[in-house]
Amino acid sequence: MSFPLLTATAALPALGAVATAAVPAARRTAAKWLALVVSLATLALAITVLIRFDPGGDRYQLTESHAWIADFGVRYELGVDGIAVALLALTALLIPFIILAGWNDADPLETGSRRWRPTQGFFALILAVEAMVVISFEATDVFLFYIFFEAMLIPMYFLIGGFGDRAHEHGEAAASTQRSYAAVKFLLYNLVGGLIMLAAVIGLYVVAGNFSLQEIAQARANGSLHMVTGTERWLFLGFFFAFAVKAPLWPLHTWLPNAMQESTAPVAVLITAVVDKVGTFAMLRFCLQLFPEASKWATPVILVLALISIVYGALLAVGQRDIKRLVAYASISHFGFIVMGIFAMTSQGQSGATLYMVNHGISTAALMLVAGFLISRRGSRLIADYGGVQKVAPVLAGTFLIGGLATLSLPGLAPFVSEFLVLVGTFTRYPVIGVIATFGIVLAALYTLVLYQRTMTGPVKPEVSAMPDLRVRELVVVGPLIVLLILLGVYPKPVTDIVDPAVRQTMSDVHTTDPKPEVEAAK
Amino acid sequence: MSATAVHSLWTTAADPISKIDTPKIEYGQLAPTLIVLGAALAGVLVEAFVPRRSRYYAQVFVSVVSLCAAFAAVVALAANGYGTTKAHIAAMGAIAVDGPSLFLQGTILLAGLVGLFTFAERRLDPEAHGNRVDSFAAQAASVPGSDSEKAAVRAGFTTTEVFPLLLFAIAGMLVFPSANDLLTLFVALEVFSLPLYLLCALARRKRLMSQEAAVKYFLLGAFASAFTLFGIALLYGYAGSMSYGRIAQVVDGTVTGVDPALAGTMGNDALLLIGSAMIVMGLLFKVGAVPFHMWTPDVYQGAPTPVTGFMAAATKVAAFGALLRLLYVVLPGLRWDWRPVMWAVAVITMLGGAIVAITQTDIKRLLAYSSIAHAGFILAGVIATSKDGVSSVLFYLAGYSFVTIGAFAVVTLVRDAGGEATHLSKWAGLGRRSPLVAAVFAVFLLAFAGIPLTSGFAGKFAVFKAAADGGAAPLVVVGVISSAIAAFFYIRVIVLMFFSEPRPEGPTVAVPSPLTMAAIGVGVAVTLVLGVAPQYFLDLANQASVFVR
Repeated sequence: MSFPLLTATAALPALGAVATAAVPAARRTAAKWLALVVSLATLALAITVLIRFDPGGDRYQLTESHAWIADFGVRYELGVDGIAVALLALTALLIPFIILAGWNDADPLETGSRRWRPTQGFFALILAVEAMVVISFEATDVFLFYIFFEAMLIPMYFLIGGFGDRAHEHGEAAASTQRSYAAVKFLLYNLVGGLIMLAAVIGLYVVAGNFSLQEIAQARANGSLHMVTGTERWLFLGFFFAFAVKAPLWPLHTWLPNAMQESTAPVAVLITAVVDKVGTFAMLRFCLQLFPEASKWATPVILVLALISIVYGALLAVGQRDIKRLVAYASISHFGFIVMGIFAMTSQGQSGATLYMVNHGISTAALMLVAGFLISRRGSRLIADYGGVQKVAPVLAGTFLIGGLATLSLPGLAPFVSEFLVLVGTFTRYPVIGVIATFGIVLAALYTLVLYQRTMTGPVKPEVSAMPDLRVRELVVVGPLIVLLILLGVYPKPVTDIVDPAVRQTMSDVHTTDPKPEVEAAK
Repeated sequence: MSATAVHSLWTTAADPISKIDTPKIEYGQLAPTLIVLGAALAGVLVEAFVPRRSRYYAQVFVSVVSLCAAFAAVVALAANGYGTTKAHIAAMGAIAVDGPSLFLQGTILLAGLVGLFTFAERRLDPEAHGNRVDSFAAQAASVPGSDSEKAAVRAGFTTTEVFPLLLFAIAGMLVFPSANDLLTLFVALEVFSLPLYLLCALARRKRLMSQEAAVKYFLLGAFASAFTLFGIALLYGYAGSMSYGRIAQVVDGTVTGVDPALAGTMGNDALLLIGSAMIVMGLLFKVGAVPFHMWTPDVYQGAPTPVTGFMAAATKVAAFGALLRLLYVVLPGLRWDWRPVMWAVAVITMLGGAIVAITQTDIKRLLAYSSIAHAGFILAGVIATSKDGVSSVLFYLAGYSFVTIGAFAVVTLVRDAGGEATHLSKWAGLGRRSPLVAAVFAVFLLAFAGIPLTSGFAGKFAVFKAAADGGAAPLVVVGVISSAIAAFFYIRVIVLMFFSEPRPEGPTVAVPSPLTMAAIGVGVAVTLVLGVAPQYFLDLANQASVFVR
């Protein structure tokens, strides 16, 4: 038996989480280094997965399959396709940066009991989330996926509710109340989504008799498993609802601004760049493969919802006074693009959507982490409290600008490629929707540039005048992310090469082909 | 008319004595029950003859040994195939020795053993006049607040009678799910109920509340027992027999050899429907299903917490076992009549328990309402009327009972000057003060909420799957919705423990003896093992899911 690489990629951060949590209270720094080393080792494993993965090979590679709960028809089945590999690599890449960015975020303010170890807990929870996200990207068993999709909520919930920004305009007590409100809202939204999905998971078992994605997809393809149209649609809706909450799609998005606003910047990145990707990924992998007919049936409605997300998220982002809330609404707008790309049912759209997931992860991480550094310096999240930062801290302002430009999809930076692909992919099939979605980009330019203008340019505010520039640790976080943004903006081929075969497979699952270009059709 | 004919109205010619067979009792197969009953009697003798200072040790010893021996007997019986191929009806038709019986008996014995650990805990309450004391009243007979009570406390009395009472209750619970005729069912019901009524009244602190709880439990329980008994009488009138198998035959219309004297009333559907409804009502009362749940919160709150934990776990196991046997063995022919009713009961139980729990401010009452919601989930599995339904209910009960005992054991640890600090506001910030205890309790709450990787999820999935398979998909949807509602209040407690600031005058967490630690440890271990690797236990439940008839 070969080395279980995929299991190891998930198990390493899980074990690391346990080890980090067990570090004695006084040895905080050791816990941080341990977490960082574990996340880097996980990254090394993820890179190994990336190297071992052959884009031209089988659909699912590096597969592992073991009996688990035979009674429920559940197997421990892992396997990655191109889409999963790309997101796996993204996750493993971002976690070290998240850990490094949050280096001092969880140092205890007051000494509680001897056993109270917030720092250890913070880093252990981040690693636990990583392990669960990784395994949900790898799972090819619906039940296995569901378990970690749900279990992920618990560490996330503690990360949101237990750790927040030091500074808060209404004092620590109010911050604590708002944090637990945000954490509970996050949990309840996602738990309700998950429980509705549970009903659909049970329904799927009753219909199909097992949970293996490959078996079910195969049986559906060769006609041995026939689903009544109504049943398929109900099951699809059950799955899609959970993913739409997670993604998040309008009108199920309202937990995201609260959660991102109240949590620390690294946790906010963890939510939007890592955890939420599981939702959009699962739409591609589970909704489309398991319920192709229902997916096509629901496409018009979903596209409209995605369109609303794009425009509504961008409009609200324009109106925000709080930096983190602004990024949150911008993310909602971007998730709209991703969902639109997935359900446009064209290969450009879906390749673009996958690429978008990767790029959005990197660009949001860059923007949000720099924003976090900014906020920790001034102790306020309000845009109005800043001004003229670029004169005081030019490197900080510069990196913030690049993050912002990436968010508005400036050509030359990575998100441009993916946004363009999504729009082209949508336009070929749904021109009207494609045209309206383009306004999302215009609005993105508005909210990003206005944000930059208000915070970084203009006269230097007195509270800002003593602001130090980025430290070495912070540069180490931001630098590589910006390099990646530029690299993937100029040369996205390595990612698209991995993703494209998987997208073609998914397209054939839903029995769609790209519409013929009109010029060719006219001939 | 001849004189002999008139005479025969009053008397009948007796058979010669020699023709009465001695009852054939399979002592080996009844060993689990007999061991526990014997130990309970031995416990009574210990109370009478062993000096006061060594009674506690003697009682704990007798109880632990007997429960372990009884569990070993259950395992031995199961290993010899009495759960599967050799399943049969023992003791002249009174007791069924089959898979469900053995599985549930094993569960009850283990839950009883873990419960016993919490009963025997003597380090939590501060020492009274230099004597270690447990959660039970110094002298149950002394009036609360009276001089005699003070004297008893000063003398360091402890109510070691709780151990034999516990054993009697366990013995009754062992018989209850394996009873194979209605009379045995009723006797078992009383045998386990009466000791529980008493145990509820024995709290050391808040004695008036405890006694009030006991009186409520007793009155309502007696009422429910009366219903059951009346139902039994009606069913006897219907079928002319107390035996499960015989009644089932009459229901199915396949009965042979009818006693002519009974033929007149036999087969009257009104008797059948009313009678079985009344028996089921009595069982639903014990289970704590809405609308027969009224006693649950008061009794759970007032009873000494170790008793609450044991009662919440073991009573539910025993009562669901009896309910399953009644519905699957006696009344399968009637399922088109009872299923709609049980549907309604399950729906209101799930929703009612979950919704009312939201408003609770006392941790014990909260767990009481949560146990009601769980009864609803289990009922969804009962309604499946399939082999899967039985095995899922068995599995759920096994997982649930350990979570429950563990959770109540944690409740006993959080104390302030007035004893256990059960008001929720006092739990604020517990996670900062004692992260380990709070984390353990969080695990139990997550298991109650049915979060994946805990036994609660595996159990819930099993019963919902069985229900969906059995054509009760709407019930699954209701179950999922009430799970979401229930998750809200479990999470509220977690928020309180971890995200609220600790109160300066908040409660302290007592360091327990290894006994309570073992109870909590077993709870956590079972919760995680059944959540992560449930296959072995699902297999076990599967093998054990066929009733003998």
